[in-house]
Amino acid sequence: MSNKVIYAIYNDDDILMDAVKKTRAAHHHIEEVFTPFPVHGLDKAMGLAPTRLAICSFIYGCIGISFATWMMNFVMIQDWPQDIGGKPSFSYIENMPAFVPIMFEMTVFFAAHLMVITFYMRSRLWPFKEAENPDVRTTDDHFLMEVAVNGNEEELVSFFQGTGAVEVKIIEKH
Amino acid sequence: MYTFSSKLKTFSFILMAIGILGIGYGFLNAPKDIQEVETLLAAESHDGHGAEHHEETKVADEAHGTISHDNAEVAHHDAEHTEHLNHVLHQLQNKPWAALYVACIFFMLIAMGTLAFYAIQIVAQAGWSPVLFRVMQAITAYLPVGSAIFFIFLILCGLHFNHLFIWLDPEVVAHDELIANKVGYLNFPFWILRAAIFLAGWNLYRFYTAKYCVAQDGANDNSFYKKNFKITAGFLVFFIVSESIMSWDWIMSVDPHWFSTLFGWYVFASFFVSGITTIALVTVYLKSKGFLEYVNTSHIHDLAKFMFGISIFWTYLWFSQFMLVWYANIPEEITYFITRIQLYNLPFFGAIVMNFVFPLLILLNTDFKRLSWVIVMAGVVILAGHYIDFFNMIMPGTVGDRWFIGVSEISSVLFFLGLFIFTVFTALSKNPLLPKRNPFIEESKHFHY
Repeated sequence: MSNKVIYAIYNDDDILMDAVKKTRAAHHHIEEVFTPFPVHGLDKAMGLAPTRLAICSFIYGCIGISFATWMMNFVMIQDWPQDIGGKPSFSYIENMPAFVPIMFEMTVFFAAHLMVITFYMRSRLWPFKEAENPDVRTTDDHFLMEVAVNGNEEELVSFFQGTGAVEVKIIEKH
Repeated sequence: MYTFSSKLKTFSFILMAIGILGIGYGFLNAPKDIQEVETLLAAESHDGHGAEHHEETKVADEAHGTISHDNAEVAHHDAEHTEHLNHVLHQLQNKPWAALYVACIFFMLIAMGTLAFYAIQIVAQAGWSPVLFRVMQAITAYLPVGSAIFFIFLILCGLHFNHLFIWLDPEVVAHDELIANKVGYLNFPFWILRAAIFLAGWNLYRFYTAKYCVAQDGANDNSFYKKNFKITAGFLVFFIVSESIMSWDWIMSVDPHWFSTLFGWYVFASFFVSGITTIALVTVYLKSKGFLEYVNTSHIHDLAKFMFGISIFWTYLWFSQFMLVWYANIPEEITYFITRIQLYNLPFFGAIVMNFVFPLLILLNTDFKRLSWVIVMAGVVILAGHYIDFFNMIMPGTVGDRWFIGVSEISSVLFFLGLFIFTVFTALSKNPLLPKRNPFIEESKHFHY
């Protein structure tokens, strides 16, 4: 089983988009695309599934508001219901307006931070992580499409040259 | 070009007819003198609520009896009873007027909210909304009609046809030091002059902006566009000042003992979101009839985002106003909310559910914001919720615990709804639905998100 891949390098995002569409039409499997900046519509052209990060965030927000409600109900109402400046501490609902700022902030805090951490975990980003950059130019001004090689190498190389690539390389991957 | 469908026209006439009948019924049914109120209260005491009240007075009678039996006490009690009857009489007589007032100001301010949104779109040079400009202009066409009726209503208040604004009654002012101190601001000539200036300013802007927008269609250069831009920027400055004062004059002065500093913003948020919702509903309707060729789900999506965002903005102001007063609990401020929580519990908290919880949960999802039926459902709830919001602002100060959403209230809404539909869709059929030479129209046609 060969583990060769093709690196097709482009220097324009419009040409890249066309190339991605052609590659998909020719049924070559795109392993990855490296770009220096977000290319609008690239995920759609590649046929990537939409992200579910927003759904995660909503759930985290629900956890945050539940936690805030539980915490303040326990501390202010259940555990030690003091009279602080005449605020009614007989039940949670009676003193709720005073708790809303905290409930709001905790919802946002949980939703935001847990979503960011989820993003880091799902995209495998952390400090001291070894960069997975196949070509240093892709962080500056070049676009790189990585395609698995199956069958005829020559044919594939000429196909990608036909898509407007400025450089087509075959790399042995480990 | 849009043609006003005869079905919708008939529908709007039916609404207006039912509305007028109901409004008339409400006025005829209001008690005319104290005797009527007395029989009404006696009839009420047969059911639970009245019985309780009756018992209370009995207990009070007994208490009076044990303390002293002299005639002065009895006379005092009689005077109190007549005063109570007078109070109830005023509230009941106010009821059809207040119902009319809430519906009248609500629909006029929907047109104003739309006008403000439209003006913001122009000065922000928004690239997505020019395809909707004609829809917005048509909705604001209700403004001249609505403000004329509203102004007549204010004059009727000044001529003592009703007791909606108690500070308009010289008898009340004479015995009320708090109001007497505000007479420099709260007096009829100054009040009606302010109303005239604000309504005239808004209507003038609306007239000229619609005129320039249509003139731009047939022009060879962008001079009308630039003119429109300039008057719009000027209008927004005028609007935010007049809007704030308007909210004190027409809404806050119903409770002349109470004041709040962020009231103007709160009222603004309420009718702004109603205006945006109305734009969305009319757009969805016209799109479903195939009149808006270039409007796609992305435009609807943007409107839905505004509905969502401004709903939350309204809640933020509602809560800020409530929480600051509730927290400090200063007697002269808290009475405003005590009345509402004790007498208007369901409408007061129901408004939060309709204007915040429901839109928050339904319009959070991106896919939902592109579905017409979701927009219509959320829009109807938001509009009903903001009607309730205005109801909560006006009613406690005018009818107190005598409130009910009955014939007067519903038929007032139906009448103005019919008038609103008739004016808006008549205006829609006057101009092409797509502005031609707007510099952003191409971008707007191809807008996608």
